Amino acid sequence: MNAPTMAELAAEGKKPDILFFVGCAGSYDDRAIKITKAFVKILNKANVNFGILGAEETCSGDPAKRAGNEMLFQMQALMNIEAFNMYEVKKIVTASPHAFNTIKNEYPELGGNYEVLHHTQFINELIQEGKLKIEGESFKGKRISFHDPCYLGRANSEYDAPRFLLKQLDVNLVEAKNHKSTATCCGAGGAQMFKDAEKGDREIFEKRTEELTQLQPQVIATACEFCNTMLTDGVKMQEKEGEIEVLDIAELIAKDL
Amino acid sequence: MHYLPNVLFAILLIAGFAFFIINFRKIVRNIKLGKPLDRSDQKGKRWKNMALVAFGQSKMIRRPFPAILHFIVYVGFILINVEFLEIIIDGLFGTHRIFSFLGGFYNFLIGSFELLAFLVLLAVIIFWTRRMIIRIPRFWNKEMTRWPKNDALNILYFEMVLMSLFLLMNAADANLQSLNANHYVKAGSYPISQYIAPLLSQDIGSLVILERTVWWLHVIGIFIFLNYLYYSKHLHILSAFPNTYFANLDTVGKLDNLEAVTNEVKMMMDPNADPFATPAEGEEMDIPDKFGASDVQDLNWVQLMNAYTCTECGRCTSVCPANQTGKELSPRAIMMKTRDRLEEVGKNIDKNGEFKDDGKQLLNDYITPEELWACTGCNACVIECPVQIDPLSIIIDLRRYLVMEQSAAPTELNMMMTNIENNGAPWQYNQLDRANWRDES
Repeated sequence: MNAPTMAELAAEGKKPDILFFVGCAGSYDDRAIKITKAFVKILNKANVNFGILGAEETCSGDPAKRAGNEMLFQMQALMNIEAFNMYEVKKIVTASPHAFNTIKNEYPELGGNYEVLHHTQFINELIQEGKLKIEGESFKGKRISFHDPCYLGRANSEYDAPRFLLKQLDVNLVEAKNHKSTATCCGAGGAQMFKDAEKGDREIFEKRTEELTQLQPQVIATACEFCNTMLTDGVKMQEKEGEIEVLDIAELIAKDL
Repeated sequence: MHYLPNVLFAILLIAGFAFFIINFRKIVRNIKLGKPLDRSDQKGKRWKNMALVAFGQSKMIRRPFPAILHFIVYVGFILINVEFLEIIIDGLFGTHRIFSFLGGFYNFLIGSFELLAFLVLLAVIIFWTRRMIIRIPRFWNKEMTRWPKNDALNILYFEMVLMSLFLLMNAADANLQSLNANHYVKAGSYPISQYIAPLLSQDIGSLVILERTVWWLHVIGIFIFLNYLYYSKHLHILSAFPNTYFANLDTVGKLDNLEAVTNEVKMMMDPNADPFATPAEGEEMDIPDKFGASDVQDLNWVQLMNAYTCTECGRCTSVCPANQTGKELSPRAIMMKTRDRLEEVGKNIDKNGEFKDDGKQLLNDYITPEELWACTGCNACVIECPVQIDPLSIIIDLRRYLVMEQSAAPTELNMMMTNIENNGAPWQYNQLDRANWRDES
């Protein structure tokens, strides 16, 4: 897996075009690491000149900010900004809509101004520039529904990039009744990922998974590490893990390169 | 004696507007209790946003059927108020249908007002049916009991009565015109009330009494309705305009930045900073008395205006994933409680001249931590609101107080934050292992 750190590249006197911000889940969580690797496979295939921060990366601060800990958020953000600036980063891509949202929208007021892309947007760029070609047909005609991550969709109005990629794969996209700006949250945003839900009738991820599984898709595609965890749990809860796979768009693309 | 009606009308007019202005100023004063927030930028964009969202009701379209009904009531309200101008002049000077000199155009106006009034009446009846017969769930959440429920119905009944009075008044007038009654100029066209007219008496004396009674009831009704706004969610007919003008134009994903925190954090991270240094001459240390919000005065004025603009339509709550799954949180209730508390603080100021501590605050006494911690920050409520209210910003400000002032986050979140602080990730992993995934096969 070719994913050099900025420090390693700097030691060789190299300065990459892109920083891939891996994020915490993408670095440590077993499931999310698969998404990270799929995306790196895409980057390698398209010969993207990129680097990661590795040990110099810290949490984007999103869960801290949304939990109300502005102090902790800003400390994380300023540390990341310091690292970005040290390596003169101009363009950042990340597979986490949470990191994407906070770096793109909340870092500028702290002095961090970069071009920030979500990986679905960046993969689109690669395809449009002819740097990436989808060759396989593993998902052609398959019933696939897409779950819009809140921090990509509603928060940043990006509904088209992931759908464009699904179109490239020639899938049979089946949309849930609640999709795009009316998509139901998976239940993990706003720091919920790290705590049990409040008392209620049921879990949010149960509800969202139901909305998607009743379309009887073969794959539930999403584009967020947290959504992936929640929906995977939801599918397991329904004992449908044999029939329905929950995959990140990057994983779909990586399979057909 | 001859001028008695005119004098009475003048008194009613002045009292009606004076009372309204007194209360309106209280609302403005209450909104100004909020923290300053500069929204004087991007004027062009703001006007455009207001024109689109408030005037053009662009966000109502997300639910087409109520959008059409609401549009009828809205257009009816604005246009029929042109008639109110005539009523004021007639009332003050004892004239009758002063604008009738407009001839054909006047007939067109009155005719279209009648059609609109009829459509409004119809729309309001459908609204009532949706609320009371079909019982659409968002009108029946638990915050919609007592006053909020009655308030909604009052508004519908008010509109039904006002529209009926308007049509009845015209019907009596039309009869009087056809009977060549003195003072009743032949003017207007009556596409709807012509069907009511035959049902009425054909005696000039009793028709005049009916016409005058209904005219007065209509006028008094309008003034009562105007003054009812202050107590009601119906205030949105006015506040929707400034609320959309001053709305957040940024992407909804962006939460505000606490500058006071930035100063502290920068100092903490600066190895050369002297924490004991006294600020240089003329340089104010901008440390707020508290981080986040525990009461309405800690919120900014736009958030408080939001509370006064909420129409309690419940679209936010109906799309809230936490509410949908039976959690305590309802974004609508967040706005309603903020307004309730703000009004309580306002009354406190009315009584004491300034705010005297009443041992209560927005947090805990109105909005509980359980509600706050149920939010996923998904922005569904923010996107859904037809008048661009932002319940999420209030939730975050209250969370900030809980976390930064009281360290009162749920245990698991405290663990998450401790981990971020210690090793730069919400879980307990070594930061040096961040790139280990590269080596795994």
